Amino acid sequence: MLANRKLILAHFWLAFAVFGFALTLGAWQMFIRSPIGTWLSNPELYYRSLTAHGTVMGYVFPTLVAMGFGYAISESALEQRLVGVRWAWAGFWLIVAGSIMAMVPIALGRASVLYTFYPPLIGNVFYYLGVVLVVVGSWIWVALMSVNLRVWRKAHPGAPVPLAMFANVAGSYLWAWTAVGAALELLLQIIPVAAGLKNTIDAGLARVFFSWTLHAIVYFWLMPTYIAYYTIVPRAIGGRVYSDSMARISFILFLVVAMPIGMHHTFADPQVGAGFKFVHSAFTALVALPTLLTVFTICASIEIAARLRGGRGMFGWTRALPWDNPMMLALAFSFVMLGFGGAGGLINMSYQLDASIHNTQWITGHFHLIFGGAIVIMYFAIAYDLWPHLTGRELIDIRLIRTQLWLWFIGMIVTTFPWHWVGILGMPRRMAYFDFGDPAIAPQALSVTFSAIGGFILLTSGIMFIVVLARGMRAPLVDAGPYRFAIAVHQPTTVPVALNTHALWVALMIVLTLTNYGYPILTLATTEGTSVPAVYVGAQ
Amino acid sequence: MSAHDLFTLGNRHFRIGVGVTAAILIVTAITGFIVLPFAQPWVQFANVWDAICSAAGVPQRAANVTAPEQSKRLSEVVLTSRTLSRPSQEAIGRGATLAQRCAICHGPTGISRADSPNLAGQYAAVIYKELHDFRSGARTNAVMSPFAVNLTDPEIADLSNYYAYLPRLPAYHPTPQLPKPNIVIYGAPMRGIAPCGACHGSLDNKTGSPWLEGQSEAYMKAQLQAFASGERRNDISQQMRNIARAMTPQEIEAAAAYYASQPSDVVKAVD
Ligand code: HEM
Ligand SMILES: [Cu+2]
Repeated sequence: MLANRKLILAHFWLAFAVFGFALTLGAWQMFIRSPIGTWLSNPELYYRSLTAHGTVMGYVFPTLVAMGFGYAISESALEQRLVGVRWAWAGFWLIVAGSIMAMVPIALGRASVLYTFYPPLIGNVFYYLGVVLVVVGSWIWVALMSVNLRVWRKAHPGAPVPLAMFANVAGSYLWAWTAVGAALELLLQIIPVAAGLKNTIDAGLARVFFSWTLHAIVYFWLMPTYIAYYTIVPRAIGGRVYSDSMARISFILFLVVAMPIGMHHTFADPQVGAGFKFVHSAFTALVALPTLLTVFTICASIEIAARLRGGRGMFGWTRALPWDNPMMLALAFSFVMLGFGGAGGLINMSYQLDASIHNTQWITGHFHLIFGGAIVIMYFAIAYDLWPHLTGRELIDIRLIRTQLWLWFIGMIVTTFPWHWVGILGMPRRMAYFDFGDPAIAPQALSVTFSAIGGFILLTSGIMFIVVLARGMRAPLVDAGPYRFAIAVHQPTTVPVALNTHALWVALMIVLTLTNYGYPILTLATTEGTSVPAVYVGAQ
Repeated sequence: MSAHDLFTLGNRHFRIGVGVTAAILIVTAITGFIVLPFAQPWVQFANVWDAICSAAGVPQRAANVTAPEQSKRLSEVVLTSRTLSRPSQEAIGRGATLAQRCAICHGPTGISRADSPNLAGQYAAVIYKELHDFRSGARTNAVMSPFAVNLTDPEIADLSNYYAYLPRLPAYHPTPQLPKPNIVIYGAPMRGIAPCGACHGSLDNKTGSPWLEGQSEAYMKAQLQAFASGERRNDISQQMRNIARAMTPQEIEAAAAYYASQPSDVVKAVD
């Protein structure tokens, strides 16, 4: 039952529109700093573009996807009309307003500070206020998800919360808490300086606050993807979820261990003690656990589908899988990219190995592979799967969809593998220009050229994606039936309280944040003389 | 079982969840704060508490190390993008009177006929900072320093506002315009050199950086060499020294010649 289709469609369309825009900027960035582009002699334009690309891809796009998908899950998994529709629209419009407010100063060159804010660099105050509005809009969604679950629980006392909704609410709580770090940084530190009330800033403390947000935000981006793994793919290919409890445990683990690990982004920072870096590094190792559980459970789930379709043998069953089904393709591509990206992540999380790739192109290669690749390809899958239920029309271009997914996969590999490689060779990230005539980096010209070509493959794929969805808006009408999620082999009739509620795990998340962040934040905030003069963008 | 029973030791999931989390936390904390600090043979700790404080990053100054004595003064000027913005007409008028004593070198219209810098239309914050540095001794020059020592704070502000107010006239000895050399628009990323234009105009302006178009070539060259040798050191955080040290003599020549050849009316107006 999807009653508020317009609301959900609005979120998805806005998400994919800004995605198309930022994707174009990304391809341009790749091109302009590669040997095949002619340098435009103005790094400022590059950083403008980079700020817009990062802000849209990091904050606006995934947040809108999570919200739209979250509303869809709430209505269909709970089979209950969304409570608080007006609030939901208010949240949506806050995001629209915030995005415009942030984009104007960026376009004017007044906020080329990159999406990580980079204090003591300070841009126009409206950029930061715009980001705050986007976050506030998403917090409305968090509240609505919680309220809707509560309303449902009242009507179904003690019943197991459907897996999709359980995971969705876990993701929303994770986001609510992890966004607090950047919110503190913006409200207490950056905005007062940008508004002219102060002219110095404690950049070290700001980086610690940002790291509070920066890691778990990654898992917030990941949530829709994991929800799709568990609750869409098995249904779409005719299988069953191998274990409902395993799924719940994975989402709970994300809630607990995604937060207290953000300082792996500050390994190279002198203001954080080595002991805390070690503790964060150790907890980071733990966060591989829910992903490994997920990979295992999903592989088992698709094996069930294959065997139901007559697959035989130790590995022979893989041939029986419905490889022409876009959901199957998307999942397979996503897993391959997750595998490579995860292997790279092991290097990033190790205190010592990280030093060799810190701030190099390796990092950008890594997160494009995981985020742009493994995660975003499942966003495509979610949209394809939901579209007929939202529009009441059939998606007829199945071949186009398959080509689109293939191109995204190929483009991402062609883009990111050489990107990692030049990073290992020491090429720094966030640089507008490279002189490939210099013998020191001339050998990297070929790799960077490949990345740029990959970028255009990705752009092509992105355009195809939007074309498919747009054509889906005027395809013949069909009755897609109610939207359903995968069911488990043993569909639970009762679930222990711990696996049916979030309170215990949210409490652990908060406690671990306090133990792992409390002391560093307190000392930095109370130590005198740690602030530096702000550097204003675009001001003489 | 209701949610109330969850937060009790009687609940198995509560025991396991909290127990395992606490165990991991304790083990990693002991490893990170006690075991690993002592595993570094090159660091000595007086006791366990000392090691814990060190690993926690407690701000401390080692007792037996004193900060090196600063042989030369460094700049103490604080600049913000609002320093001296929006001067009054009176301030500019007072500045004009004071500036008469500067005209012998810097020219009656703020355009030098010698190889002293042109000041007409230079950013106020720049003149303000240099005068303060000359006065404090952070920057020294046999001719300039004696003029600066007796200036008061309001006088420095007025002078800065006056020169910033003057129109940007063409330089006294204009040369044919040269094309932009690489060092100005690209910098040299592999040597950590940002493009000159990223701070000095042409691409972007940063607070405290002068615009350079039409300045004397000899003057700019001398300054770059002084930064490179460390003879001039009033740049905040060594911004210019780090760059000048990494520049080749040819790049210094090229940058100085390029900026000297540019007409000053291309400089972006800033408020
Ligand atoms: C869904 C897809 C994508 C996402 C989520 C994404 C996200 C991001 C983010 C968050 C940044 C960091 C910005 C910063 O360093 O401040 C970034 C940087 C960048 N992205 Fe993307 N991006 C995506 C696709 C692409 C594509 C397709 C291309 C090009 C073909 C691209 C090219 C770049 C480039 C060149 C940078 C800058 C790297 C640097 O100079 O350090 N991105 N992207
Ligand atoms: Cu991280």
